[in-house]
Amino acid sequence: MIPELGHFALILALAVALVQGTLPLVGAARGDGRLMALGSTAALTQALLVVVAFAALTQAYVTSDFSVANVVANSHSAKPLVYKISGVWGNHEGSMLLWALILAVFGAAVAVFGANLPDTLRARVLAIQALIGVGFLAFLLFTSNPFERLSPAPADGNGLNPLLQDPGLAFHPPLLYLGYVGFSVTYAFAIAALLEGRVDPAWARWVRPWTLAAWCFLTLGIALGSWWAYYILGWGGFWFWDPVENASLMPWLAGTALLHSAIVVEKRDALKSWTVLLAILAFSLSLLGTFLVRSGVLTSVHAFAQDPARGLYILAFLLTVTGGGLALYAWRAPKLTSSGLFQPVSREGALILNNLLLCTLAATVLLGTLYPLFLDLLTGNKVSVGPPFFNATFVPICAPLFAALCVGPFLGWKRAELWPALQQLRVAFLVAVVAAIVAAVAIDSRSTLAAVAFGFGVWLIVGSLVEFVGRLRLGRAPWAESLRRLRATPRASLGMTISHAALGVVVLGAVATGAWHLEVIQTLKPGEKTRIASYDITLVRVDNVQGPNYVAERATLAVTVGGRPFTVLEPERRLFTVQRRQVAETAIHSNGFRDLYAALGEGDRNGWVVRLYLNPLAPWIWLGAALCAFGGFVSLSDRRLRIGAPSRRPAVQAAE
Amino acid sequence: MTPKRRRLWLLVGSLAVLGVAATLVLTALNDNLVFFYSPSQVAEKSIPPERRFRLGGLVEMGSVKKNGPETRFTVTDTHKTISVVYRGLLPDLFREGQGVIAEGSLGPDGVFVAREVLAKHDENYMPPEVAKAIKDAGQWKERK
Repeated sequence: MIPELGHFALILALAVALVQGTLPLVGAARGDGRLMALGSTAALTQALLVVVAFAALTQAYVTSDFSVANVVANSHSAKPLVYKISGVWGNHEGSMLLWALILAVFGAAVAVFGANLPDTLRARVLAIQALIGVGFLAFLLFTSNPFERLSPAPADGNGLNPLLQDPGLAFHPPLLYLGYVGFSVTYAFAIAALLEGRVDPAWARWVRPWTLAAWCFLTLGIALGSWWAYYILGWGGFWFWDPVENASLMPWLAGTALLHSAIVVEKRDALKSWTVLLAILAFSLSLLGTFLVRSGVLTSVHAFAQDPARGLYILAFLLTVTGGGLALYAWRAPKLTSSGLFQPVSREGALILNNLLLCTLAATVLLGTLYPLFLDLLTGNKVSVGPPFFNATFVPICAPLFAALCVGPFLGWKRAELWPALQQLRVAFLVAVVAAIVAAVAIDSRSTLAAVAFGFGVWLIVGSLVEFVGRLRLGRAPWAESLRRLRATPRASLGMTISHAALGVVVLGAVATGAWHLEVIQTLKPGEKTRIASYDITLVRVDNVQGPNYVAERATLAVTVGGRPFTVLEPERRLFTVQRRQVAETAIHSNGFRDLYAALGEGDRNGWVVRLYLNPLAPWIWLGAALCAFGGFVSLSDRRLRIGAPSRRPAVQAAE
Repeated sequence: MTPKRRRLWLLVGSLAVLGVAATLVLTALNDNLVFFYSPSQVAEKSIPPERRFRLGGLVEMGSVKKNGPETRFTVTDTHKTISVVYRGLLPDLFREGQGVIAEGSLGPDGVFVAREVLAKHDENYMPPEVAKAIKDAGQWKERK
């Protein structure tokens, strides 16, 4: 009964979305207030209906209702409750339902928080949001119905993919989707602005919180996914340049560019049509990511079994959204004239450079990701583009980006001098150079490149802090004065400093782990020992343990330093009994500055294969990413975004 | 600065960045493209040792031999086979009779030295390249 209710709610949601996607548009074109007001009501109704559908599916999972085919395929009665719930989105149908849910909730949020938007803009944004929703709801109902029944119902289910039975992955998809789908709002705003033929600073201010929120969630989602890959795959790495990882990185890069270019629209009334284009591209790249993951066109370590028909639908949808958006852009964008003039050396100029480099990065990743596909289509050759390609392209383009990142905030709007800005960064430059030299001499003299990259990380952190200290006049003015300035600092600036410095933290972690990690693979019998750096590691024993839905072999590795006990690592090999699948559970000892990482391999008469890593600064990668997102949230809490954004000013006045 | 000059500046800047990026991309593609071959293709082509490529096929039944951290196995496309040696931890889904993709290069003795053996998240998943290699060898049976 309840699954049918969910199915019915989905059908109703589709009907409501169709209404929401059409009538408000007509209303906005004709100036009919009643039709426009329909948008908000419909958005709330649609969100409510999708919530009901999602709750119905969750209920089926929690109660292990094996008359529902989706539950049978992806759940099992012996599974812990948290994974019964995460199982809802741990499969194709459920994850698409989650996508539709977040889409509808974002739509409702626009209706609720958009009270200060002009009526026509709000109506159009909600209509576009609903049209995207129609695409997803129809996709669910016609190709991937999560509520399909199975008769007769089997006694138990097939269980969830064991790799997904992990707290890191349980929350990775929702966060990632909050990011992907968040860009749909930005897209809707961009299309609505093109329909209106008007982009001004007020528009940028309305769009900013949505972009920022989406970007924060996407950052967290990517970080969580990378962390999961780090500790579950047992390879010690954190980023593999896998197509699916790239798929989430591309919208992040475009979103980061958008975040920065929207500032120029807001403050200076320039770069309008570029910003609108970026908004279209950021969401298109999000959809492309979904297409790549869901269609299986690319060989990936993440590949799940897929259905080409569904891939085709998403591809068609992607083409409609991107093609439609770009066509509208080509037609209407020439109407968007900018009024702000500026010199190349200025805050605007720096932000343009930022955009140029970020977009080049996104294009590089896109090319590397899709190149095997093109080559296969054109020549039939099967190739893969791996980490060496990205290390040779992505990393060099990062260098000017990082170099310019610290300089930008010192430049004034419109017209600035480069030299004074650089002088203020003297200290940061010196510290970075010293750090690079120390890294080259003391840590590893073989890799100059890693040392330089390390220096860049330090430059980002110190450079951002120098700007902040200068802003507060710390040390140069009385403490009370600095404190007053701290209070007066807009949250947006505070967020910028945090996020920029956090990027430096990520860079330090990634460089140190990537270039300077130690690795030992050895076969050990109980009682035998090995050594990594100054850690002596003894395999004490291997036990069999029983988990809720798995049996595991658990190794006890005693770690000593200089003969004194240091810690005990207990990596496991879990065999999930329902699926007969083996999954490694690594053991990590982290002190915040380095990870001691152990994975257990197969064992036989000759002993157990043990893989050990010493990853310097590894925790900083995720700490930095979390901090980066935190900076975004701080910026999101800025007063000017919270307290009723201003009514639209005449465009002429906005030019200042 | 007039809008026209500014646009010119922008254009020059963008072209410079894109030019550098394009150069990087092209050289990187030249050097780092990893081709995928099936055992039959390896037998046909003479691939120089040290040339990195991906080998895909099925792990032959009964071929896996372990010696400490070193594993030797045979990859087959049901037509030709090739011996592989790999030192390291095998992915959890590595099994005899299952599809596998290994990245590495041929040693002087004609044995494929794998530096990486790719894992799959899903055991029902057959890498498309492997499926194609087996199809090309004419031995494909559609699984239900």
